[in-house]
This record gives sequence, C-alpha cells and structure tokens, in this order.
Amino acid sequence: MAYDLSFAKEVYKTSEVGYWIKMCMQCGVCAGSCPLGPHWEHSPRQLFQLVRAGKMEEVLKSDSMWMCTSCYNCIVRCPRGLPITHIVHGLARLAVEKGMADPKQPTRRFAVEVFWDNITSTGRVGEAGLTMKLYFIDGIGPGIQRGLEMKNQALGMLKTKRLNPIPFRSKIKGFAGFKAMLDKAFELEAKKESNA
Amino acid sequence: MEKKIGCYICTGCGINEALNVKTLTATVAKEQKIPLVKNHAMLCSPEGVEMIRNDMTSEGVNTFLIAACSPRVHVETFRFGTPMIERVNLREFAVWGQPDAATDKDAKEDAQALGEDLLRFGCIRVKKMNNPEPFEDPGLSKTILVVGGGYSGMTAAKGAADAGYDVVLVEKAVELGGKVAKMHRLTPANPSLPGKDGLQETGAKALCLAVETHPRIKLYKNARVKQTVGAPGLFDVTIDQAGSDTVERIGSIVVATGYNLYDPNKLGHLGYGASPDVITAWDFEQMAREGRIVRKSDGLPAKRVAFVQCAGSRDKNHLEYCSSTCCTVSMKQALYVIDQYKNEASTCVIYQEIRTPGQLEDFYRKAQNEGVVFVKGDVKQVAANSGGGVKVQVADKLLRGDESMEVDLLVLATGMTPNIDTTDPNVSSNLNLSDEERAKTVLNLDYRQGASLPSLKWGFPDSHYICFPYETRRTGIYVAGPARRPMGAASSATDAMGAALKAIQAVESISRGAAVHPRAGDLSYPSFRKEGCTQCKRCTEECPFGAINEDDKGNPQFNPTRCRRCGTCMGACPQKIISFANYSVDMIGAMIKGCEVPPAEDEKPRILVLACENDAYPALDMAGINRQKLNPYIRVIPVRCLGSVNLVWIADAMSTGYDGVMLLGCRHGDDYQCHFVRGSALAEIRLSKVAETLSRLQLDSARVRLTEINIMDVDRLPGLLDDFVKEVTALGEQPYKPF
Ligand code: SF4
Ligand code: SF4
Ligand code: SF4
Repeated sequence: MAYDLSFAKEVYKTSEVGYWIKMCMQCGVCAGSCPLGPHWEHSPRQLFQLVRAGKMEEVLKSDSMWMCTSCYNCIVRCPRGLPITHIVHGLARLAVEKGMADPKQPTRRFAVEVFWDNITSTGRVGEAGLTMKLYFIDGIGPGIQRGLEMKNQALGMLKTKRLNPIPFRSKIKGFAGFKAMLDKAFELEAKKESNA
Repeated sequence: MEKKIGCYICTGCGINEALNVKTLTATVAKEQKIPLVKNHAMLCSPEGVEMIRNDMTSEGVNTFLIAACSPRVHVETFRFGTPMIERVNLREFAVWGQPDAATDKDAKEDAQALGEDLLRFGCIRVKKMNNPEPFEDPGLSKTILVVGGGYSGMTAAKGAADAGYDVVLVEKAVELGGKVAKMHRLTPANPSLPGKDGLQETGAKALCLAVETHPRIKLYKNARVKQTVGAPGLFDVTIDQAGSDTVERIGSIVVATGYNLYDPNKLGHLGYGASPDVITAWDFEQMAREGRIVRKSDGLPAKRVAFVQCAGSRDKNHLEYCSSTCCTVSMKQALYVIDQYKNEASTCVIYQEIRTPGQLEDFYRKAQNEGVVFVKGDVKQVAANSGGGVKVQVADKLLRGDESMEVDLLVLATGMTPNIDTTDPNVSSNLNLSDEERAKTVLNLDYRQGASLPSLKWGFPDSHYICFPYETRRTGIYVAGPARRPMGAASSATDAMGAALKAIQAVESISRGAAVHPRAGDLSYPSFRKEGCTQCKRCTEECPFGAINEDDKGNPQFNPTRCRRCGTCMGACPQKIISFANYSVDMIGAMIKGCEVPPAEDEKPRILVLACENDAYPALDMAGINRQKLNPYIRVIPVRCLGSVNLVWIADAMSTGYDGVMLLGCRHGDDYQCHFVRGSALAEIRLSKVAETLSRLQLDSARVRLTEINIMDVDRLPGLLDDFVKEVTALGEQPYKPF
C-alpha cells in the first residue's frame, strides 16, 4: 500500500540528513541539473518521492545513489535548499546497512573493495595499483582482457606523465597523523550510531 | 460671472526655436479674437505663474488657455482653482514630436501649421466651455450600507464606522459571523514572521462583539435588502427584517455577501457519495472544531486522512477557475490531524499544482516539515472499505503509475462560488426579472438596466482586479471579499478595508458634487435638453453604468450621482441634446471645423485623431517626449472616452476636408481595458454603421478607422499613424477639400 509513512519516518530519522526529504517540492530542478541524470534509474526527485510513498525496496535497491559524482550541481540549484548530494549518499549508506544494496554494484565495489584500501594504506592514491586491482577484481582472465582493452589509453597516459607506473607507493609524510584522524572519525561515527 | 480668457504661450523648452511664436500669438489675438495673449520664456517658473496670477487680479482673467507642455505635466503648477482651463500641447506634439523641424524647412512649416491648429482647437474649446455647476441635493447622505455580516462585511462596517461614518449593516442570519465564525482555525496571515507560521484563532467572536457594540453601526440581523431605489448619496434602501420594512437613506454600498461552496454532489468522480468517509473540507472543518476527527462511518479515530485538491475547480465541467484558498485550507486541516494524532497521523494532499501565493509559501514549507505528504496526481477510483474508511486509487504523476492508498477520511477541497446575483451585461433578456427573481437578488436595484450587478465572468461582479478593484459597473456600489473573487479571510479583511475606503471616497466626492472614478473630482455632468428627445432610448441603453432610468413614456431620467462623466450618452444621442458644461458635441464639432485645411493642390493631408484621454493620448504624448516623429498631418483632439464620440463629428470632419479620421481608444471585448468599460466597444459598434453615411457623401469607409491602443504602445504608435496617413492619401483626393 502506497503512502504508508513508516519507511519515510525511518529515513527521516536514521539516514544522513534524510529529514530534508520531506521538504522537496518535486520541481525537478535537481533531475534537470544532474550531469548523470539521464543514466540514473531514478532522479533525486524520484528517489525522494519514492521515500515518501513508502517504497523501501525500490529506493534501497535502486542503483541511483551510486551514480552520484558529488558535483553539487543539484545542491546549488535546488530552490528548496535540500542538501541533495548528502541525502543521496545517505540513502546509499542506508542501503548498505540494511543489506539491500547490490554487492555487485560497480561503484560500490570500487569504493569498498578497491579505493578504500588503496588510499588508507598509504595516505595517497596509487594509480597503477588502483587500476590493476580494479581490472583484476573478477579474476585473472577478465583482468587481462580489460587490460588489453585499455592498453592504448594506459600507454598514452604514461607518455604524457599522467600515470605513475610504480604500483607500490610509499606512505605519505605524517602517515601516523592521517591514521589517527581516520581512527577518530571511526570512533565518532560509532558513537553516533550507538546514540541513534 | 463673465468669462475673461487669458492665453499664455510659453517660449521655453525649444518652443521659440521651433515655432514662430509671433504668428502663434497673432492666431490667438487676431484670428481667434482673444485679445489677452502673453508670452513667457518659462511659464512654469514662479515668475511665469506669477504673471498669470497677476492677470487674475488686474485683468479679471478667470479662464485659462495655457499653450506650453502636455496637460499631463505641471498639473499643480497651472492649477488656478477652477476647471476653466485648457492646455495646448505645443511642446510634445509640435516641437518634440517634430524632431526634423530644426533642420528641414518643409518640416518646420508643417510643425508651424500644426502648432497653429492646436492653438485654434484650444481657443475654440475655452470659448465654448462653461464653468460646471456641481450637482447638489439637500437629501444627500453619507451613511454606508454594508450587506453581509461575515468576516468581510464586519471588517468593512467596523472600518467605515471607526473612520467616523454611520454604517447600516444588514445580515440575513440571526447572528453575525458568517462562515469564518464557524471555522476552527485560520491559516496564518503572515507566515513569514517569526513565530507566526502556525494556525491562528479566527478572532470572529471579538469582531462580532466590536460590531454589535459600535455606536456608529446600526445592525439589522435576520434581515435582507428588499429594494434599492435611487442613486449614490440618495439611495433609499428598504430593509426587510423578519417581515417588517424600514427604509434607510444611504450614501454608498459595500456588498460583502461572501461565497457558497461548490456542490459536492457533482463530484461523484472523486468519490463523493461512495462512502460516508468521503467528506468536504467544510464538513472536516466542523469536525475539527468539535475536536473529534473521526470516521463518519463508525466514529473511529481518523488518523489517515487524504485531501483532494481542485475538487471541481479548474475543471471545464465544473468551476473553471482557482479558488486560491483550498490548497492552504487542506494544509491547515492536515495540521489539525497531526496536532490531534501526533506520530500516528498520516496525511496526504493529492494535488494538481500547489498554489500558495505570497508568504503562504512559508506555510507550505511548514506543512511539509510537519510531515504532510504531497502527491501530484489524479484520483481515479474511490471505494468504501468494508472495515470503514476508503480505498483510493491515484494516478501518481510523480511516480508515473497507479498507486493505491487506504485512508480513514477522504476530504474534498471544494471551491467557492460568489454568493451574489449578477447578470451578463451583454444579454438584455436577463434585464426583465420577475418579481420572484427580483426578490432573490442581493440589492434589487431599481435600475433600468437590471436589478443585479453586471458580471465580469463566472458570476463574479465586474471588478477590474488590477486597476480598479472593488469597482462594479454601478457607481457607489463596491464589492469586497469572496463575493468579488475567491479569497481567504486574511485577504478578505484587506479587501473589506479597501472597499470601505472606496465607499467613503464615494460619499465624500458626491457631497461635493464631484465624480468618483475614474474622472475623480470632475464637477461636470451631462444635461439633457429634454424638448429635443425622441425617446429613442439609446442613452438609457448604452450608459455603461446604468445611470439613466426611463419613465413610462421612455423619457430618460438622469441620475447625476450614478454618472461617471464618460460622455457615452452624449456620443449615443442622435439628437445631440446631451452635453456637459465643458464638453459637448457642439464644442468638439467646432474644434474639428476650426482646423485650417489646406487645399488639395498643396498635397498636405489632414487627419483627425480623436484620442481617448486615458491611454491613447498619454501614449501619443510619450512618443513626443521620446522625440519620436509624430506624423505632422495629424490633428489630435482628446476625448473623454471613445464612447463619447458622436458620429456627427465624422461628418463634420469630412465636410471640413480632413482626409481621414482615426479613433484611438482602449481595448474592448472580454478583456477590456476601457476605463468606462463599454465606451470603446460602443464606438466600434457605432462605427460599423458609419459606412452608409460615408457612401452617401461619396466617401470610402476606409477613411475612418478605430484602432485599439494601450499605454504601452508608444513605440508602435507613430508607425500606425504614418501607415494610416499613407493609406488614406492613396484613396485619392477628398472631394470636400476647400479650394
Ligand atoms: S551531486 Fe550527485 S545528484 Fe547532485 S547533480 Fe551532482 S551527480 Fe547529480
Ligand atoms: S531541486 Fe530540490 S525541491 Fe526540486 S525536486 Fe530536486 S530536491 Fe526537490
Ligand atoms: S453614459 Fe457616461 S456620462 Fe452619460 S450618464 Fe452614463 S456615465 Fe454619465
């Protein structure tokens, strides 16, 4: 049954800045502003209306919130001042927490399986390592195939010094501080969750 | 008192450089025989004005011909405490409007001829003008009648009474208060103010008390207006209170009879009748007032409530317009539910477009923030649930699909219809009402043109929303609140004050014998030379304001205080027996004939432009101010309204030798801009009959044209004039030119 408010109320309460969703007036400016809009399953506007319509599955299984590039176009333009980008990321996170996000969603895999480890282990992004790990995420066969497909681009980038070929990079200066910062962030987050 | 004319020609603002002032002076003194003519280098300066004032004492000048700039400027400078003044617009028309006269010899000659003709017009006008005697009557009353004791009516009555006027208030119910008194809360009037975004008490009780106890308000409850005879200042209104009649002498009237709600029985397609749990917003309001928001079917708490917007509004098959308040009413009512059931409440507004004008956008935000869900879509199906409540199928335009919801109550937000009788002014059949029908009218006016106020659209009385709110087509009668157009309580209160002020303005003006609107302050009014009347009834039919009644024999009975001084009757009368002291068929005719028309071989055409004073003349004037070239062959004579144009003027123009006549006036039709409502439309109708007269004179009807102009048409206007001059000259020689 549509428009049952229990899911909406949950989102307002638990999802990051989710309470803003009720202020959306469905003007569609965000949908028209998003550079990736046409590729989304649901535009931000639709996501928000789905939340209010109580359509939990459709929202949390949507891959839309994984498509956001954080360009902030929508935030700048929303006449109601909704922090759309943050709401969208909040919904992605809620989807993970509720175990409803598709584990095969490429953005999600990139973020969780590749990017996070890469950046936290040294404090900087190692392009070569990152690319390799991403290519071989599904095993050797598909990895080699992807590598060959992208060969020309890779060589071009190397030539123009856009790619550091060394796969393993040293830690940044002051790595300990970086680590302490992350730990603190985890701690704060955990505290927030236990309060919620 | 004998008329003593003084003519003053200004030589400033480039007039002296562009025109030969000596010749102009001679035109006035020698040709027009007005001996007192003076020039001044800057007439509007204190010295210039002083010169004129000195002549008032030393020479006894009491009639003024100011040949300088446009009559639209320096109005105060050249005010000498008398309407006996005429301004000749040399500067805008003959100087600034002729920019090439400085360099081109021919153009200079044309400009000079134009200036001289304009002066001739002015001279003839002042010679023919008389000082209007204001209309007086010892029986004039300043008492204001307010019909309707609801929110608007009480506000108007209290406002007028507080301002020191006696008020008679007539309310049909046994108690004051109207609909607002039966409401639970009001939407906030100023939701943008901090702390003011919540629902408000109606305040009806206090207002009722203030009205009941006001020493200046005479209250008739359980009463109605039986008949309204007479005219503003002199209305005799019969009030029927529970069967006994009283007659009150009334100055002006505010009608504040409010609204009715659209009949929900016509809304079966939205589920009305499908279940007792489908109700109207009004019924819901009553429930909230009693503090029990429950299902009608079984009395169980109604925590899930959906509201249907535009229920029978903006719909070709029902009300075509927006009632402007239903959106906020539903938000208000959704907040009642949230207030009563807190977290358990679930409210949903099904809408087409949310309309929350002005500050009410903040109230919309508040409703959203409180958790009201808004669904854009159409109700497709409503069915009663076996366990109470209803199941609603919605075509959701946002989710692009059909959705269903279960609610305890479905509330239809129905629109407003005006609670007032109006008649279509274009249909004469509805003028002759039966006694029974008359009895149902709000005022039962004893007017030749009908007992009701003329309507604008959809049964609302005519009222120019933007320029002239409150005005009806009946002078001295103003409509306020939702009887005028749909509105909520806050707007009604402002509206009522506005109408009360108009009513006050009316009685004050009338007590001085002055016109109310739009010729505010005008003391002239038409006089009828009765002996010549053939009882043709044109004047009584055509007066846009129903000012003229008829006696049994069809003789016109004129009511000066109903009159707006447009002159439409003067234009209508084939016998030319209607005239104003300072505006008449004879006067304008003489001006038309006073133009010096050159013989055909000179190849200098002359075009008469009769320009409506309200929009067309200012547009011409602004073109001159902008130094746009105005065709030098046109001769402009301002008229009060195109309605005042008597066809004899066309004949006059043709026999004088003008090549063509152009009538410039306001837009007419459904979205008219005519300041006198019907004037320009009537001119168009009359002109359609002019072809016959012209062909009798062996003239092409293309020599006469009416063009609709509004004040924004400044840039277009010079081109229109040029085109007309070209087309008319192409018709060949006008046979009535002088030799
Ligand atoms: S921030 Fe995200 S949702 Fe907003 S416009 Fe950019 S990509 Fe689209
Ligand atoms: S721009 Fe803002 S208000 Fe408009 S649809 Fe998007 S989120 Fe809603
Ligand atoms: S037509 Fe105009 S001038 Fe004549 S009576 Fe009516 S309102 Fe007065």
